Amino acid sequence: MSRFLSPFIQSVRRDLLLAARHKTEIVTALFFFVIVVNLLPLGIGPDPDLLRKIAPGALWISALLATLLGLQRLFAPDHADGTLEQMALSPQSFTLLVAGKILAHWLVAGLPVVLIAPVLGLQFDLSGRSLLILTVSLLLGTPILSLIGAVGAALTLGVRGSGALLSLLILPLYIPALIFGAGAVEADLAGLGPDGHLSLLAALLVVSAFFAPWVATVALRVALE
Amino acid sequence: MLSVSHLTCQRGERVLFQDLSFELPESQWLQIAGANGAGKTSLLRILSGLSEPVDGRITWNGSPVREDREAFHADLLYLGHQGALKEELTPLENLTLSLGMEGFNVSEDAAMQALHQFGLHGREHLPVRFLSAGQRRRVLLCRLLLRPARLWILDEPFTALDVHAIGFLSRLIETHLREGGSAVLTSHQSMTLPPGLCVTL
Amino acid sequence: MNHSLVNWFKFASPASFYPLAGRLIPFFTAAAVLLLAAGLWLGLLVAPTDAQQGEGYRIIFVHVPASWMSMFIYCVMAFWAALGLSFNTRLSGMMTSALAPTGALFAFLSLWTGALWGKPMWGAWWVWDARLTSQLILFFLYLGFIALQAAIDDPRRADKAGAILALVGVVNVPIIYFSVQWWNTLHQGASVSMTKAPSMAHTMLLGMLLMALAFWAYTIAVALMRVRCIILERELTSEWVKKNAME
Repeated sequence: MSRFLSPFIQSVRRDLLLAARHKTEIVTALFFFVIVVNLLPLGIGPDPDLLRKIAPGALWISALLATLLGLQRLFAPDHADGTLEQMALSPQSFTLLVAGKILAHWLVAGLPVVLIAPVLGLQFDLSGRSLLILTVSLLLGTPILSLIGAVGAALTLGVRGSGALLSLLILPLYIPALIFGAGAVEADLAGLGPDGHLSLLAALLVVSAFFAPWVATVALRVALE
Repeated sequence: MLSVSHLTCQRGERVLFQDLSFELPESQWLQIAGANGAGKTSLLRILSGLSEPVDGRITWNGSPVREDREAFHADLLYLGHQGALKEELTPLENLTLSLGMEGFNVSEDAAMQALHQFGLHGREHLPVRFLSAGQRRRVLLCRLLLRPARLWILDEPFTALDVHAIGFLSRLIETHLREGGSAVLTSHQSMTLPPGLCVTL
Repeated sequence: MNHSLVNWFKFASPASFYPLAGRLIPFFTAAAVLLLAAGLWLGLLVAPTDAQQGEGYRIIFVHVPASWMSMFIYCVMAFWAALGLSFNTRLSGMMTSALAPTGALFAFLSLWTGALWGKPMWGAWWVWDARLTSQLILFFLYLGFIALQAAIDDPRRADKAGAILALVGVVNVPIIYFSVQWWNTLHQGASVSMTKAPSMAHTMLLGMLLMALAFWAYTIAVALMRVRCIILERELTSEWVKKNAME
């Protein structure tokens, strides 16, 4: 088992080490998230009732945009310097290496967002219970964003205007995660309980974790040709 | 044995080469010659299984290279003209991490030793962005010492190397051939290798 | 390639498909014009006025078949995409890209007619109805596909990348539709459903069917024309195109 997973672990380790040498990138994405969330009340007005109502959607959409920011750089640097070719020619499973990169991306871009979200939720006057549900929904949902995003990043690798194109391809596919994620808190406030939404979100996570690395690998092989 | 039959390569609307066939037996090396833009790198990428030819068939010990990828890649060491080095990592980290991803857990001592053999004393812990082009090339070539493979596909391996390093690399290739390995190279430099096969594009 | 497969794939070669497509186009164009005339006549003149909705309801003779087509074309694209990825046939990729603009057109037509219908029915140009929202997302998926193919220069890569995207999209469409419906019930949005409202008279159903067939014929004719253009563009250097162009 550990032999089978070793390329996966090596790939995660490598990308985390690289991220540690580029700390500014992590901080930038996080700061982007914080600033977008804080802009919303400024555009909408400080009415606490209204803010409480839009909080889940606002935090979710901001999280979605923040992960999008780092996705363009998920494969591009490795493609530019030839590392991706070496990975494609590795005797180990290319899919596992790609899965490792996706996990590393989530740890760097998704996890900090999840951790800071409750603090920002306080600014929107959310109750303790809502904050907890929001955090759980983000914890289940942000990996989905990284996984589906990886497919888009692989498809647009090395393509003209890849940044804007990536958003065009990926954002419609993010809709189910957004609906179930933000909906969990709203359903709870409406008295329906968050379980249904969270289970669907978890199911989506399992399905995308199973298929997305594989599809991304196929797309990367096409991009390398 | 690497065998290639009726290979055709097309870039955009231009046909680079067509109906190319050859065989590369063990202990032999093959030079791919041709002018700039003749398709040397394209051919190497096709041989390694990265790109798909428009037409033709490439087999390694009888099985097509794009089918049983993992078995072929276990025997293959491909060095492209891109560095595949991370600027922000040290030579030591670059080697151990990239080989680790290929399933070869190289100890730090072994990697250190390889770097010394290629004359990189004192550069082991310097981020690669501080190294010169020739030194980067040497870091890359250390893979030849650390990762066992029966088929070497090397794109312009002698570029940017000084006389000393060229000699060392030539001896390395000779040893590889003597031990039953085979190699495919493109190069503009005249080489001091035993006579090999040659394909001109 | 296996011998029995050769015949099967005969028309999968662009060189033999090109003349075949040329012969089929006039037939489908004529069918589209005739069916459209009959469908519009039935829908606009013969079908009875709806008791609740008056004359405004007649837009469904365009709206409903356009919505059907937009969903159906995406499935056909996914079918060609799967075929192209598994058998590596060049024609499949060309078919996928030839269908995309027509699919986008129908999705847009469906949204536009939906808005025109919504104004008198709901008093608003746009209502966050589950069907309408899903249709909008489908329209985005079409745009994404077209944009991706347009951005990639190498046609082989464009075909393959487009095929992967079409397959990812077709898997996601039901999930998106389901999630949007889920969202809709949570927020208790519009309760007027578009297809349920008028009780279907016999002539109305026939009119709608004729319109759907007309759209089918139109789609086939336009896709064949487009695929002929793509074949010429891609095979510009090959012998048979040069010979054809001489004629």
